[in-house]
Amino acid sequence: MTDLAAARVQMGMSLAFHIIFAVVGIAMPVLMVVAERRWRRSGDPIHLDLAKRWARGTAILFAVGAVSGTVLSFELGLLWPGFMRVAGPVIGMPFSLEGFAFFTEAIFLGIYLYGWERVSPRAHQSAGVLVAVSGALSGVFVVIANAWMNAPAGFDLVDGQITNVRPLAAMANAAALPQVLHMTLAAYAATGFAVAGVHAWLILRGRRSPFHRHALVIALLVGAPAAVLQPLSGDYAAGHLARHQPVKLATMEALFETRSGAPITLGGWPDAAERRTRFGLEVPYGLSLLAFRNPTAVVRGLDSVPPELWPALPAVHLSFDLMVACGMYMALVALWAAWLARKKADLSARRGFLWATVLAAPLGFVAIECGWMVTELGRQPWVIYGVLRTADAVTPMPGQMWRTGVFALIYVFLAVVVTVLLSRQIVRSPMHTGEYRGIPGAGR
Amino acid sequence: MTAADALAGILVIALNAYVLSGGADFGGGVWDLFASGRRKAAQRDLVASAIGPVWEANHVWLILAVVLLFTCFPVVFVRLAVALNLPLTGVLVGVVLRGSAFAFRGYGGDRDVVQRRWGRVFAVASLVTPILLGTAVGTVASGAIRDEGRGTGNGFVASYVAPWFAPFPLAIGLFTLCCFAFLAAVYLTLEAPEGDLREDFRRRALSAGVAVGVAAGLALLVARPGAPLMRHGLVGSAWALPFQMATGLAAVSALVALWTRRYRLARVAAALQVSLILWGWVASQYPYLIPPDLAIADAAAPPATLHLVLLALVLGAAVLVPSLVYLYRVFKASERTSAIRHQ
Repeated sequence: MTDLAAARVQMGMSLAFHIIFAVVGIAMPVLMVVAERRWRRSGDPIHLDLAKRWARGTAILFAVGAVSGTVLSFELGLLWPGFMRVAGPVIGMPFSLEGFAFFTEAIFLGIYLYGWERVSPRAHQSAGVLVAVSGALSGVFVVIANAWMNAPAGFDLVDGQITNVRPLAAMANAAALPQVLHMTLAAYAATGFAVAGVHAWLILRGRRSPFHRHALVIALLVGAPAAVLQPLSGDYAAGHLARHQPVKLATMEALFETRSGAPITLGGWPDAAERRTRFGLEVPYGLSLLAFRNPTAVVRGLDSVPPELWPALPAVHLSFDLMVACGMYMALVALWAAWLARKKADLSARRGFLWATVLAAPLGFVAIECGWMVTELGRQPWVIYGVLRTADAVTPMPGQMWRTGVFALIYVFLAVVVTVLLSRQIVRSPMHTGEYRGIPGAGR
Repeated sequence: MTAADALAGILVIALNAYVLSGGADFGGGVWDLFASGRRKAAQRDLVASAIGPVWEANHVWLILAVVLLFTCFPVVFVRLAVALNLPLTGVLVGVVLRGSAFAFRGYGGDRDVVQRRWGRVFAVASLVTPILLGTAVGTVASGAIRDEGRGTGNGFVASYVAPWFAPFPLAIGLFTLCCFAFLAAVYLTLEAPEGDLREDFRRRALSAGVAVGVAAGLALLVARPGAPLMRHGLVGSAWALPFQMATGLAAVSALVALWTRRYRLARVAAALQVSLILWGWVASQYPYLIPPDLAIADAAAPPATLHLVLLALVLGAAVLVPSLVYLYRVFKASERTSAIRHQ
């Protein structure tokens, strides 16, 4: 493995690992705040129990997210000094703001977790809200920084040198809004469905207690609206790509030749050498329609740039299709939930719906990982699109492979530990209503 | 004073806050590792309950410092990340293992074996990470960091190992560890209830205070060949003598206060002492961020960036400072009745 490849593997691994915890850190606080709010209103101790258990899960995941985020902030320099030399002054601004948002999140999470008996109910509830808001904001700022790599703005390039730096214009880059919308919704949809799926599974396993019923409802309240909106934000993002990142869109859709009335190719195996996609299912005019709202619009294909500027074709195309499939499935389950709720049906009594929710549980995270594969692999060979190549950004230090190996071991180890800890938390969740017997107000 | 100077100053303030808060959390881990005697378990519980609510907020100071560094002084960040690649990678491994082990121990379950295993990871990582952090700082102070990279013709060891694997940086690593352990022990005398447990940490604070002095002497000894620039700044310049005296005075006050059991005074004096040491280092190499050749003005990002970051810092501080004060008032208010563990 070359040093460049090793560095890319390490960065990809770190991001793939961190994103899971970052996403949970954004959405999980919303769940615990809703549960606490319901407890304060109804006095039902099941909601208090839920809030506390979810807070405990959040604490474990937030800690891992905080440290893996620290790793990333260092890795920007340890792996990509050539990138930071250029990008630091232009795009450091959102990172600084993220620093503050993250600080606020950490402070109020500390108060939320350890302050149940130390601060007033109102202060405690507000602390939870602040955790949720600042968690969402830190995500927004980091995604803005990433969007700049895809649609660089806010500087002039004169003889390879960055001049006339305008940090606010850099933050207002063309990719910022589509990416922020898409990622924020993804965080709520993925986390909401993951939690809903866990409780649906436990209900199917015979634990039809009010605890799991309440948990299922709250998790769907957060996850389902986001899942329904997500395809819309995806469509908006695709429109942005068609205008600003045509090579990425062409790679996602495996479109080799620039043409009008471009089709959408579902699945298949794009062959870069033969410039065609085998076994794919074509929907005529689909891509032109989606990208430009016009069946005969011209969509730029991969032939618009030389092959050495093509991203990794099958990986990007298939990741994209898998992401869309996961997202569509979640949106359908969300609509099903809405329909059942409209009929005032008891969600926890519908076995078919519960199984569908269980199946959706991991899909949000699969979609997020695939989506980032599309964004990041789809930009290669550039680290800053059209400005700086990844190969020119990597550290001069040899022997990258060793460190990549060490970090791979650490991440595998942490993943196993977190999985074991969380599954233990879940197994310990209350079995029956009986556990609350004698507590006034329980089980309403 | 230019915007770049102001931002460099704020960077040091963030570092200072990290040393006083996050540094003490590392020190707490050290005392977890060296817990001994009949009250071993009580000592460890005290450390855990003291760190629990605040360590994540404390940790963010480091992130803030890194982010300010790469936004405002990208050249410095890049040069450090290349030359100190190995020790900083070690710091990262330490940060990951320490943070996650602490969370896993707290929420992992009630079985003693599990708790002890995570406790050990937490404690060892708390010992190693400050040494590596201090070594990185010592390397900067020693003036050994040049613009490494392709085309310098130096080998791997000369470029990536020799600058930091030298007596002076390693001595600073040891010194940093002693300072963190000292801070933690002094803070813990106030966290502990009256009685034996408090005495345990008083004794630990006193011995750590002496260790700080010994490590400082050692570092000064190897500074003559190892860090001539810094030594010159600390000994030869006009402000040096009053600065040294103030630091020494703080150190002696901390020890005397501990000896006479005036813990509140000891805390102030110890924090002042460690802060003065940090600022002494900074002053000795001003205006250089990386001596001998990279000065603040040469390394600064364009003015547009600097001015915006300053503005963001002012706005951010307006949110951050009251929040931090609130956090500490809730959990570190003077008389703690008992350590209520999160259920």
